[in-house]
Formats: sequence, structure tokens, C-alpha cells
Amino acid sequence: MSFMPYVAPEQLMKDRSEYAHKGIARGRSVIGLEFANGLLFIAENPSATLHKISEIYDQIAFAGVGKYSEFEELRIAGIRLADLRGYQYGREDVKARDLANAYSQALSTIFTQQMKPYEVEILVGEVDGEVDGAGIYHVLFDGSVSDEQGFVAMGGHAEELTDALRDRYQDGWDLPTAVRTALEVLRTTPETREIPPDQIEAAVVDRTRSQRRKFHRLTPAEVSSALGA
Amino acid sequence: MTDRIELPLAGTPFGASPSFLELVRRENPEAIPRVSADATPFPVPHGTTVLGLKFAGGIVMAGDRRATAGNLIADAKIRKVFAADDYSAIAIAGAAGQAADLVKLFQLELEHYEKITGDRLSLEGKANRLAQMIRSNLPMAMQGLVVVPLFGGFDERKDEGRIFYYDATGGRWEEDDYQTTGSGGQPAKNSLKKRWHPGLTGDEALRVAVEALIDAADDDSATGGPDASRRIWPIAVRVTADGAADIPEDQVVAAVDAVLQGRSAS
Repeated sequence: MSFMPYVAPEQLMKDRSEYAHKGIARGRSVIGLEFANGLLFIAENPSATLHKISEIYDQIAFAGVGKYSEFEELRIAGIRLADLRGYQYGREDVKARDLANAYSQALSTIFTQQMKPYEVEILVGEVDGEVDGAGIYHVLFDGSVSDEQGFVAMGGHAEELTDALRDRYQDGWDLPTAVRTALEVLRTTPETREIPPDQIEAAVVDRTRSQRRKFHRLTPAEVSSALGA
Repeated sequence: MTDRIELPLAGTPFGASPSFLELVRRENPEAIPRVSADATPFPVPHGTTVLGLKFAGGIVMAGDRRATAGNLIADAKIRKVFAADDYSAIAIAGAAGQAADLVKLFQLELEHYEKITGDRLSLEGKANRLAQMIRSNLPMAMQGLVVVPLFGGFDERKDEGRIFYYDATGGRWEEDDYQTTGSGGQPAKNSLKKRWHPGLTGDEALRVAVEALIDAADDDSATGGPDASRRIWPIAVRVTADGAADIPEDQVVAAVDAVLQGRSAS
């Protein structure tokens, strides 16, 4: 039987936290923000098919940064939970808050009990189908969860991005303005560089869509037209 | 019957199962319809006549509104035709409760697949999946709870509308022109045989479909005809390259009026 050397719990948590932070900081960022018709999630993503942003349910979207395999696992678990809930109760009973709590519990358990913490941060965003009202929950690798107002950035350079967004963000933007501003922030933080249009991943949860499923992935053409407007 | 899509590799799941049905079976088997082998059949509402036909830009599926239990009309306004997802539709005849469950599960199956994998199933894939779901209903079919759907949609890869029909065992066949099922299926099919031709327009297709349902209602007591006094009209779903959508009631009413006027004039 082997003995583990004693490590103070504070140190253990600090080490894990640093490890997760490093993993997340290496990756690219995602910005989530509220605009007039709902929520916009936007990210720099060199792959057109390995998504950071996706649909969870009728009015709920998901975004993840960090290690792909880990946030993909969380995404699938979220879709399963949502679809099961919606089948067993009713579609309107599936709420982002429930999902955020589930993610928070799971990530907290993983953080304290598994060999290594997940190197991920996720967003769960929801529009409520009424005239206004949208919520973005931000869940960290250790399970801490916050309810964001207006805008949020996560991933590498999250702090600089958040600062840049704070300077610019205004309530009630239309979609082109929201896309344009978010991309400008992504392009200029931390240093100015070009992001080719085919490396922009963007999706909205748009409460004005007539379909039951409010999630819509913006096509490259839609992104370009927003930028051109 | 096991219907396992997720496979293990080195003790861990290999690939995320995109099947909602499998998920419910695993997590909450009580939530899907089952029947014990020794249950004795008892009368339940049955949905009657539905049909599907191709036209130049896609397909139309339509159904009457009646459900019967024995000699009684169990429901005069039941719905038997549904959009299954953005590019396909399903129409169901048979045990009404069973059918409603099958439709709901099938719709979820398609949506769940699309969300998990990020891709819509091919039309072929959807048709095959439906066959498997009907096959797993076989024990209930043996108890008299038979469900026989028509399935159709717009095949985005082949760029054309396609129609499939099924039997209670999950047998699946593709249909070239039109197909009907349910108690009034035979008169409806005879009607389509006379009036359907290749290259119908969308409006003509609706009219032909409505006329077939009226013919079915004439000959089959379990099929309900249009009822202007109670505003009961057939339900029709159209699927084209632009997607699947209910045909608005005013268009259905106009088609019904056109058919009935044509008849009273002659």
C-alpha cells in the first residue's frame, strides 16, 4: 500500500485551480451578450464544424471554452437532461437555471473528487419567449456559477475582453451592431489582428423567430452582412 | 427489445448516442409505452384515414379528423398529420394514444439526433429509424394496438420529395406516387388513382388530397368528412425545399369548397 504525502487542502485546491486556469487561458474566447431580440454568442473558431456554441433546447444555448472533449461532454449531458425533462414534464418547464445548477453541481464534484479538474468554462443562455428578458449563466471549472447581466466573456484574455465590452456595451442593440461590436472587441483584444470571416462562429437565441426552436447559427453570409451594414 | 446505438470501447462508451429513445429506455423505461404479454385487448380510439402524395416541389400529407372506438366516434377533431422536423412529415392511422406517443417520440428522436450530432438525419435515415420504432411496437400491435404511419419528406440530397409507408411489423417501402393507410385507405387510394398525375402543382396536390379524403368519408363510416357547421376540416402538411409546414386552414377550406362545388354542379 502506498502512502500519499500530506498536502494541505488549501494547496491542493490552489494547484487544481491553477491547472484549470492555465488550460482555459490557452484557448480562444467566447463572448455572450444580450441584444434587442435575445442573446448573441460569438467566438473565434478556426474550425467550422467543431463548435464552441450550440443549441440545447428551444430557448437555450450553450457555449464552452477550454478543452473541447470536456465541454463537448457537458454539452451532450445538457441536451440529454433538457430533452428528458421536456419529454417527462413539458417543453416550457426546461429552464436554463436548472441546467446551470446541474452543471455547477457536476463541475464542483469533478473539481474536488477527480484526479484532474475539467479545464472548461461554459455559458448557458436563455430567452424567456416574452417581450424581453434573457439570462446568461456563467459556470466555472470549480462549479461556481454567476448570473451575468448584459455581457460576458470567457476563455483566454477574458478579463481584457470584459473590460473592453464594459466600455462599449449598450442595452437594446440590434443584431448587426451587436455582431460588429463583439467582433471588434475580439479583434482588438489583447492585440489587434485580423479574424477571417470563415473563422467566426456566431449564433443567436432570437425570441422573434417564429419557430419553436429559437436557436439559430449565423451563416458566414449573415455575419458578413452584419459587418457590412 | 434492445435497440442499442451506443457501443462500448475499452469499458467506456464509444461515441455519444444520438438516440433519444435509447436515452429514455435507459434512464426512465416507465416513460415509454409498453404492454405486458398477457394483457387482454380492449377497445381504444383509432385514427382512421391518412394519405400522402408527391407533387412537383415536394409532398403533401393529409388526414381526416375522426377517431373511432368500435361504433362510437371517440373524437371528431383529432390530429393525425404532423411535421416530424423541418423537412419531413408523419401521418398516422391506428390506435390513437399509441400513435400520439410514437409521433412525439419520433419528433424528439430527430431533434435529439440533430442537436447531439450537429447534423440532420438523411431522409433515408429518418425512414429507417421510424421502421425500427414501429418494430419495437410489435408486442403492442399483437395486442391490437396497431400503428401504421406514412412518412414523407424532402430529401435535401436528392432534391426531391419522397414517401414511405409501413406495416405493423416495421416493414418499410418507398412509394413512387401516392399512398394511403387506415380504414378509409382503400377508397382514398382509388380516388387518388384517378386524379393524381406526375407534376401536380402544390395547389392541385392539396385539392387531390382533400378530394380523396372526401371520397374516403363517403365510403367509410370511420372516416370523417369536412364539417362546415362545426368548422372541422382535414389537416394537411406540405413539405418542400423550404421546409415542412401546416397548410393554412383557409387554403384547406378553399380546396374543400372547390371539390364540393364541382360535385354539386355536375
